[in-house]
Amino acid sequence: MDEYAIEMLEVTKVFPGVVANDKVTLRVRENEIHAILGENGAGKSTLMSILFGLYDPDGGSIRVKGKDVRIRDPNEATALGIGMVHQHFKLVHNYTVTENIILGLEPKRRDGTIDLSGAERRVAELSERYGLSVDPRAKIESITVGMQQRVEILKILYRNADILIFDEPTAVLTPQEIDELMSILKRLKAEGKTIILITHKLREIKEAAERCTVLRRGRYIGTVDVAGTSEEEMAAMMVGRAVKFRVDKAPAKPGDVVLCIEDLTVMSAKGHPAVKGLSLDVRAGEIVGLAGVDGNGQSELIQAITGLAKVHTGRILLEGRDITRLSIKERVEAGIGHVPEDRHKHGLVLDFRLDENFALKCYDKAPILRKFGVLDFGAMADKGETLIGEYDIRAGRGPATKARNMSGGNQQKAIIAREIDLSPRLLVVAQPTRGLDVGAIEYIHKRIVAERDKGRAVLLISFELDEIMGLCDRIAAISKGEIVGVVDAAAAEERAIGAMMAGVRGGVRDGGRGREQGAS
Amino acid sequence: MASDTTGKPQPATLRVGALDAFIASDGAISLLVVLLGFLCGTVLILAVGRNPANMYAALLQTLTGFDITRGTWNARYIGEWLTASMPLILCGLSMGFAARTGLFNIGAEGQYVMGLTAAQFVALYGPRISGLHWALALLAGLVAGALWGALVGWLKARYSVSEVVATIMLNYVAYFLSRFLTQLIPAANTYRTPAYPETALLKNALFERLTNGSRLNTGLFVVALCVLFYWFVIERTKLGYELRATGFNKEAARCSGIKVTRSITASMAISGGFAGLAGVIVALGSFGYGRVLGGLDNYGFNGIAVALVGNSTAGGTLLSGLLFGMLASAQPLMQSRQIPKEVTWIISGLVVVFISLRAGFRMIAEWRQKRIAEKGGTRDE
Ligand SMILES: Nc1ncnc2c1ncn2[C@@H]1O[C@H](COP(=O)(O)OP(=O)(O)OP(=O)(O)O)[C@@H](O)[C@H]1O
Ligand SMILES: [Mg+2]
Repeated sequence: MDEYAIEMLEVTKVFPGVVANDKVTLRVRENEIHAILGENGAGKSTLMSILFGLYDPDGGSIRVKGKDVRIRDPNEATALGIGMVHQHFKLVHNYTVTENIILGLEPKRRDGTIDLSGAERRVAELSERYGLSVDPRAKIESITVGMQQRVEILKILYRNADILIFDEPTAVLTPQEIDELMSILKRLKAEGKTIILITHKLREIKEAAERCTVLRRGRYIGTVDVAGTSEEEMAAMMVGRAVKFRVDKAPAKPGDVVLCIEDLTVMSAKGHPAVKGLSLDVRAGEIVGLAGVDGNGQSELIQAITGLAKVHTGRILLEGRDITRLSIKERVEAGIGHVPEDRHKHGLVLDFRLDENFALKCYDKAPILRKFGVLDFGAMADKGETLIGEYDIRAGRGPATKARNMSGGNQQKAIIAREIDLSPRLLVVAQPTRGLDVGAIEYIHKRIVAERDKGRAVLLISFELDEIMGLCDRIAAISKGEIVGVVDAAAAEERAIGAMMAGVRGGVRDGGRGREQGAS
Repeated sequence: MASDTTGKPQPATLRVGALDAFIASDGAISLLVVLLGFLCGTVLILAVGRNPANMYAALLQTLTGFDITRGTWNARYIGEWLTASMPLILCGLSMGFAARTGLFNIGAEGQYVMGLTAAQFVALYGPRISGLHWALALLAGLVAGALWGALVGWLKARYSVSEVVATIMLNYVAYFLSRFLTQLIPAANTYRTPAYPETALLKNALFERLTNGSRLNTGLFVVALCVLFYWFVIERTKLGYELRATGFNKEAARCSGIKVTRSITASMAISGGFAGLAGVIVALGSFGYGRVLGGLDNYGFNGIAVALVGNSTAGGTLLSGLLFGMLASAQPLMQSRQIPKEVTWIISGLVVVFISLRAGFRMIAEWRQKRIAEKGGTRDE
């Protein structure tokens, strides 16, 4: 008989309108990396929230290290040695790493003052031992997202956790950071920790996990040995059908220039140039991908195009019309759709119903807007039903579901559905498939290609080279706010693009202006 | 047993009975809370050795004008009750409108004072044309309250000044400004101005006759219109949608093209407008002369409780305003029946405290839903 660190037996959790976990069983062996795989809304986060004491289960039992337990709140979970790295970090930004880690259990000296230097030493030790290379004295606001995640890991290690839960830890990371996280996970395992890893990326499961439990629609499907199961098999198990990993598309038939960026400079929030004299064209009927490492001006570029950030110098033209000074509203009207990078901040009103969220960009038009500024909420709900069906969005109460109560992936699907449904002349998509399951990714890619084939222009920002290579017709590499090169996706080599992303020029004939590549 | 949550509409949702829908609704919670408040009040009266029936007799008289002990009927009590409720309802709407659009307007008091002051000036100096005179005063009070609120909204939207801090400050500014300005009026003494001309009064002869000479006045129409306006704007219009979106998530609203500075300013302006109208109704409905305020009337602050109990919905706020108005206007009747009038304050206080138990009721509702799901309320496959 195996030694189990965690046994969740027949666990059930019901939310209004939906059974999030229906007699789910999860058995995690001592000292293994155990992956949980499941579609968006399958109930993974809910199951982990139960284990961490955030939700009370409605049925089933939990055993930790062989002992029956009831976990009523996160403190009890911590006492049992369970720690969780949340997808949205809970860090105080103007505190140092150590101050954040000791928050709530500050070590006291005999005179009652906080022993900060002692704590710093311990944090440094832990960081050393698990290969995290975190500076205990750095301020949170000055470190990268990847580092912040490590601070979260340190936080739970500091509390002596030996069972670590990671809920989609790689969704916020760049490919390099993902590689580093994978080796951190292995290191943690080597040091005797047990790890539960939720991810939609099969490659990560293949790389790090030993066993994988699959959920579908709240139900337990099975647990497999990762080594003996292919990615395709796992995908099929989770979605219930075979999934295509490659995007099917005909060659692009680019038309006129839709988006023309001329010599654009945009300042970052801190006041130095984030986009420097950048020029780029996107034509009707093509998907242009912006490949680059996070923080090289992509965010500022999108924000300048969509009107969220001010343009310092240069011009942006949409179908020949200068939109540089237009308001956000005017740009929406002119035909710009936008799937924003930060979905909670820019994409959704979490306290609105799902159908009200769908209406965010069309509430001021028929059929939703009627005479005298009155809205037709019936029409709004109808529209909601349609989009829910079309995009297979899982929401317990249909159009009436609060966006807050939807799973992360379904929130993302909702935003994409809203933007694609408008069928804008120019669709600016940032990280469209972050947090989506493979089935949903397949569908969203298909829809983006369909928009292209309708003659729309698409500008895609993604940190995942695979996605860019698979989906785009042309690829522009961005580094330090400048376009380093533009290449045809069909002829592109992953290595060459990687080099350009690192700032090495190549693959272009006109010094990065990227004009000549469209069909003329 | 599991519910299948594909996009298809009906099968995914659990069937929930009317009782559960009721338990889960905010209105039910408010109702329970109010009952609980009265229960505590009753126990309290028993504890001090009085007869709680007297309290209920006083409340009955307030609501219906019927004196159960003497068997007489006087409609004036109904009129006074409604009169006392009017500013409470309006201030409740003021607070509620802000709350529904993500703002905390603790400054209804100041906006009320501004409305009241503006109305007093128009009453004393406006054109003495019947019909026009008081209408102008209403307009002036509305505008004054709205501007006082809009200022806060604009400061918040433009310079991220917390509306809580700004409104508290402006409450005091309004109070002292009102005192200062009113005392400038010739022939005003330290507590009042000369009487208003007849044309300025909100008097309504029909209401007076119906309610046996109570102070019930034309303001009642204003309140009714405001409740309708509130419901319509919040629940039905594009403007309400934009304001709510901005209130919940300013960034997402901005991203979808809503002008958030304008939205926040508009929210506070509308919120302030309600409070300003409350000021006018008190100034020209309940008094025949302008007052140099010697203290705050507290309608603005009570509005917070009204909105809370009314769940910031139009109908709820109306009912809850009537409830608080009843408690306030029943006080003299209670005293005459040997019930300490403080009981009414205790009851209103308790009601507000209990409202925060809402979370507890939510849990009961969820628990019941779960049981239904277990019993097979979901579609079997
Ligand atoms: N607080 C809540 N209230 C109501 N329903 C909820 C709540 N949290 C989750 N749900 C519902 O429970 C189901 C499972 O959600 P959960 O977040 O566990 O999914 P998930 O597997 O983590 O999906 P994703 O991959 O998209 O993150 C979803 O249908 C979701 O709508
Ligand atoms: Mg999740």
